[in-house]
Amino acid sequence: MIVPIEHYLILSALLFAIGAGGVIISRNLIIIFMSIELMLNAANLSIIAFSLMHNLMDGHVLVFIVMTVAAAEAAVGLAIIIMVYRKRDTINADKFNLMKR
Amino acid sequence: MEYSLYLIPLFPLVGFLINGLFIGKLNKKFVSFIACGAVGLSFFYSAHLFFELLSLPAEARAIEEILFVWIPSGQFNVNIGFLLDPLSIIMVMVVTGVSFLIHIYSIGYMHDDPGFSRYFTYLNLFVFSMLILVLANNYLLMFVGWEGVGLCSYLLIGFWFEKKSASDAGKKAFIVNRIGDFGFLLGLFIIFWQVGSLDFATVFEKAPAMFAVGGTLITAATLLLFLGATGKSAQIPLFVWLPDAMEGPTPVSALIHAATMVTAGVYMIARSNVLYMMAPTTLAVVAIVGMATAFFAGTIALAQNDIKRVLAYSTVSQLGYMFVACGVAAFGAGIFHLMTHSFFKALLFLGSGSVIHAMAGQQDMRYMGGLKKHLPATYWTFMVGTLAIAGIPLFSGFFSKDEILWKAFSSQYGSTWLWVFGVAAAAMTAFYMFRLVYLTFYGEGRMDSHAKEHLHESPKVMTIPLMLLAVLSIVGGYVGIPHVLGGINYFENFLEPVLHAGQNLPVATHVLTSGSYSTGTELLLMASSVILVLLSIILAWYLYRKNTDLSGKLRTSMSGLHKLLLGKYFVDELYGAVIIRPIVNGSLFLWKIVDVFLIDGLINGLAVVIGDISTGLRTVQTGRLRTYATIFLAGVVVLLLFVLLR
Repeated sequence: MIVPIEHYLILSALLFAIGAGGVIISRNLIIIFMSIELMLNAANLSIIAFSLMHNLMDGHVLVFIVMTVAAAEAAVGLAIIIMVYRKRDTINADKFNLMKR
Repeated sequence: MEYSLYLIPLFPLVGFLINGLFIGKLNKKFVSFIACGAVGLSFFYSAHLFFELLSLPAEARAIEEILFVWIPSGQFNVNIGFLLDPLSIIMVMVVTGVSFLIHIYSIGYMHDDPGFSRYFTYLNLFVFSMLILVLANNYLLMFVGWEGVGLCSYLLIGFWFEKKSASDAGKKAFIVNRIGDFGFLLGLFIIFWQVGSLDFATVFEKAPAMFAVGGTLITAATLLLFLGATGKSAQIPLFVWLPDAMEGPTPVSALIHAATMVTAGVYMIARSNVLYMMAPTTLAVVAIVGMATAFFAGTIALAQNDIKRVLAYSTVSQLGYMFVACGVAAFGAGIFHLMTHSFFKALLFLGSGSVIHAMAGQQDMRYMGGLKKHLPATYWTFMVGTLAIAGIPLFSGFFSKDEILWKAFSSQYGSTWLWVFGVAAAAMTAFYMFRLVYLTFYGEGRMDSHAKEHLHESPKVMTIPLMLLAVLSIVGGYVGIPHVLGGINYFENFLEPVLHAGQNLPVATHVLTSGSYSTGTELLLMASSVILVLLSIILAWYLYRKNTDLSGKLRTSMSGLHKLLLGKYFVDELYGAVIIRPIVNGSLFLWKIVDVFLIDGLINGLAVVIGDISTGLRTVQTGRLRTYATIFLAGVVVLLLFVLLR
């Protein structure tokens, strides 16, 4: 059975919306970070879907690259979060308002 | 042959550097040794050069030595170069010689002053600048010296700067001189524009070809230079600073404001004689301004009570004589009077310094009197100076003043009126000088008993320079005995090569001597001026010695005139009302209205407006990560919608 392209795209859009909502609503840095990953994967999903539709392998390659980058970014991001926690004893994003002054 | 002219100004420069760099670290003996030694060396070296110059034939007596190129800039080339000719050697000898004596005198006069080494530092810097002025071989270097002496004059007038009046007088001298200097500079611009050079030799050689005789340009250039001279040499209209300059230490008044710096204007005109001879209008202006100054300053001196102010106005008046001489194209006579005047006026100032020293700072003649027996050396030397300035025969002032009066009468640029006013000024000179002598040295002492006990003759270090100057005041005139008295007028013959060029211009074809007048006329004029001078001395004797009540009565009966003279014709007040107050008010307007209100208001207003807007915009920046993310997302959505729905 061939899943129609629309289903992939709807799922992708839902995942992206959940991710974006998570970034906006959540105060926890880790959750914000995970939400960003979710948005990345939503993008990946739609790339794969289009790739299937056109029957091209380029999209698959691109997705692998994105996943690799995402892994590297996750490592850096988590490291930053740990450093922030050590420095400020919190990972509540609302506490990081130095720019206000 | 190498003459090493640069050594003359170098010695005082080295003295200035040593005393100036180690100020406050050297003891007084060493400071005075360095300062006097430096000027003394300059004097002896220039005396040596004087004899070297004499050994040359008259036409070859112009030594020019260029040290290095100072400003090489396209067509504008100026050298640091020195010129030694009869005119400059006379100036150098007078400057270094009189300075040397005044330096020595100052050791005694300034002995207890806390600013002792600062004083000698300034004094050496002054001598250096003055020597640059008279030795320069071009106008620009001369201007450097010109400004240098102006600076030193400012520093030394305001030497006791804790006193408000002294620092004010210093500022006044500097500002008034600046007015003259701007004229001097403009004059130089015209000369450079037309001739393309500022070297004396080049300018005087090319000027007759470059300027039309009597033309507007040469008249403007010489008038502007003369404006500079009126500033430096205290002539109408810029003479107001000199009497106030008496706030400085008395040896400074003697050195700068009587003997050397104030004569710079006369020297400059004599140096530029070629240019002045080409502008008859300017010559007339110079003669009239000089005579007006000589006359009016003389009348002011009649009524002053401050011993130094009398001498100051007398200096202004005598400088007027020198300008009269220049104005009737008798530059040699002007320089002659410059020399003798620097001897006897330095003597008079130093003598008054000795009096003030003995009176513990009292300068008002109304509280003096009877000093003759307390200060014999001062009295006798002062008397010599007085006789010399009054123009008593056999003293130096007689020869030089008479030479000027004769030239004012006989020269083709002269006139009988110049002679009449000149003789009147000479009679006044005799009157106020003898008034000064009678009030100071004769009669009963009018000081209080405390001051009376303090009276003492000055130390030898002060009286010996006085005696030397007294000798010079007597013999100084004998180098220029006129033909009519059987002399050969050696002084003017010596200057002839320098002044020759100007007198051989096409305009001045008539030889400027007493050609059309008989010797009888000259003797008659001479005798009448001497008789007038003697009469006014007798008048002074009668009013201030014999019948002192009468002078008081005269003062009350002519109180209006007396007030006018005592108030110096209220020139300062006039300048204050006509020039200074409008400038001050204009400046106040510019400050309070234009600057503070308009400009500052505009700038500050702009800043306030921008600040307010920024404060409003700042509320957008919440500093919360989630807000930014929301706005970011909203922005992306809006952009996407825009792209998709277009």
